[in-house]
Amino acid sequence: MSPASSVAALRAAFGPALLRDRVTCGDTVVWVDASRSRDILAWLKDTPGQEFNYLTDVTAVDYRDPERPLEVVYQLRSLARRTDLRLKIPLDKSAPLEVDSVVDLWKGADWLEREVFDMFGVRFRGHPDLRRILMWDTYAEGHPLRKDFPLRGHFTRAEQTRQALAANPEAHYSIEELSIAEAFDELPEDVRQRLAKGERGYVK
Amino acid sequence: MTPRTLEMALSTPSLDREGRPISIPLGVAGRGDPEDEFGAEPMLINIGPQHPATHGVLRLVVELEGETVVRCIPHIGYLHSGFEKLGEYRHYNQIIPLTDRTDYLSPMANNVCLALGAEKLMGIEITERCTVLRVIACEMSRIISHIVWLGTTGIDLGAYTPFLWTFYERERIYNLQEAWTGARLTTSLTRVGGMMADVPDGFEAGLREFCRTFPKSLDEVDTLFTRNGIWCGRTQGVGALSAAEAINYSLSGPMLRASGVDYDVRKDRPYLGYDSYDFDVPIGEHGDIYDRYRVRLEEMYQSTRILEQALDRLAKLKGAPINVDDPRVILPPKSRAMSDMEAMIFHFKQVMEGVPAPAGEAYMGIENPKGELGTYFVSDGTAKPVRWRIRPPSFINLACLPRLCEGALLSDVIAINASVDIVMGEIDR
Repeated sequence: MSPASSVAALRAAFGPALLRDRVTCGDTVVWVDASRSRDILAWLKDTPGQEFNYLTDVTAVDYRDPERPLEVVYQLRSLARRTDLRLKIPLDKSAPLEVDSVVDLWKGADWLEREVFDMFGVRFRGHPDLRRILMWDTYAEGHPLRKDFPLRGHFTRAEQTRQALAANPEAHYSIEELSIAEAFDELPEDVRQRLAKGERGYVK
Repeated sequence: MTPRTLEMALSTPSLDREGRPISIPLGVAGRGDPEDEFGAEPMLINIGPQHPATHGVLRLVVELEGETVVRCIPHIGYLHSGFEKLGEYRHYNQIIPLTDRTDYLSPMANNVCLALGAEKLMGIEITERCTVLRVIACEMSRIISHIVWLGTTGIDLGAYTPFLWTFYERERIYNLQEAWTGARLTTSLTRVGGMMADVPDGFEAGLREFCRTFPKSLDEVDTLFTRNGIWCGRTQGVGALSAAEAINYSLSGPMLRASGVDYDVRKDRPYLGYDSYDFDVPIGEHGDIYDRYRVRLEEMYQSTRILEQALDRLAKLKGAPINVDDPRVILPPKSRAMSDMEAMIFHFKQVMEGVPAPAGEAYMGIENPKGELGTYFVSDGTAKPVRWRIRPPSFINLACLPRLCEGALLSDVIAINASVDIVMGEIDR
């Protein structure tokens, strides 16, 4: 079954949640509504005849035109049918950037969604461990792959150096890791409470 | 699953028949006994980022119970260079040097992937000789990458001799790469629509000689490893992953195939005419380190086969053009640019303005040594991409490391990490 029939089946099953579809450079792309994205991805994964069981990639695109919505991109593949489908979720930048996580469908989405969160600031609802992955947890300049992020960063070189020197070299363990070690007992009370609430992140 | 014909009593099984992790209490630390002071207390160990067995700047925080790993938390990003951001400020051809530095053990294959992605976006059909040259570049990269993997993994498990033998072979193929591209790492071999250079004189003879003798050296490594008691004991049944899980974790390349999933981009989504070459794709069965080793070893033999066929085709295409005949995409020869007005204008336009791509987007995945390397371009019609995304195979393969390490012994963590075949330049980008 070709990707085009998947698009037709999607339109039949989800109707208006399928915003539009297009074939570009031989790849089939569908745009779907953010509120239904998880249902659609689960449907594509499990419905017989679709079986997009392999999540090739998760990424996002921020366009140069600031009016244009940011898009979260899922590259799906059906290993059995040797077919690819690209699914895009447009997110309006005036509202909080949030989509549903698919980690429970594909474990491979874990780090990929963390990277999108790190680089674009998109929050994935239901992700079990959403923290920065390539940048460090205390990185304060923003999300580097957004177009409003200058190539050399928001801070001056002097400020970046100052922050690097002021960083506490002991604070290399996350709260989660400290909770395992005996150092947990030596943590300040407020940090232990943050930990008890399930909060993640580095000890400031 | 068929039982192995070769099984060693030395094995330290980490998974039982149902796939649940087995904890093996060793030493004084008895397990789960609240009376036992040592056993009740989990231990936290930090490995890396500056540790030779982490193959770069990977940091693992490992929670131990006795000697058994309860949890493994990887930390990455120490080598983050913002390549994808830099790419948004460069012309398509100017991105090629950046790809050298991602997976630095197979720079030529990365160059090919980027060029193919840009060509798919622009709708360029490359010449036949260029196709064959790119196949040679990809397969040479596969041998280079796998042979480094084999040597260093041997070292991680205490085998020093194979490392010397594999690095001797690596030196021979690196010399060929150097003769072609002028560099050992920063190859920048491809251009959008063609190649930086054709192969030099003597290259084909050299590569033929390599293809003739290399399998013999591989046989020697095979003799040292495949039936070696220590090697089997350290690798069989360790870090095993089932086929369903491997797919769920989005693994690719030898990691996926070792788990028994028959998927190779070269066969299933053919590019560069790979469907016209005669080669086999090795598939594992148990999904453990041993099968990953067997898959990678066999892939090197198969790459040699492909190289020989490609050399035959190259000889038939002697003198054929390597670049597309399109002055908007390919720079004119320097001599013409200096003497011919029109050629000079094209030269100037390309260097100053770059090659504009039509608005649209394209994803191109190729089978890199580590797995499926993808290039995803989004263009708004200008000469610089709006978004250049690398689908990094070792990043995605590494993401399942915590799962692989669950219930393994601490010393197995090193073996499992080695078996994933990671390159931090690509993971952190």
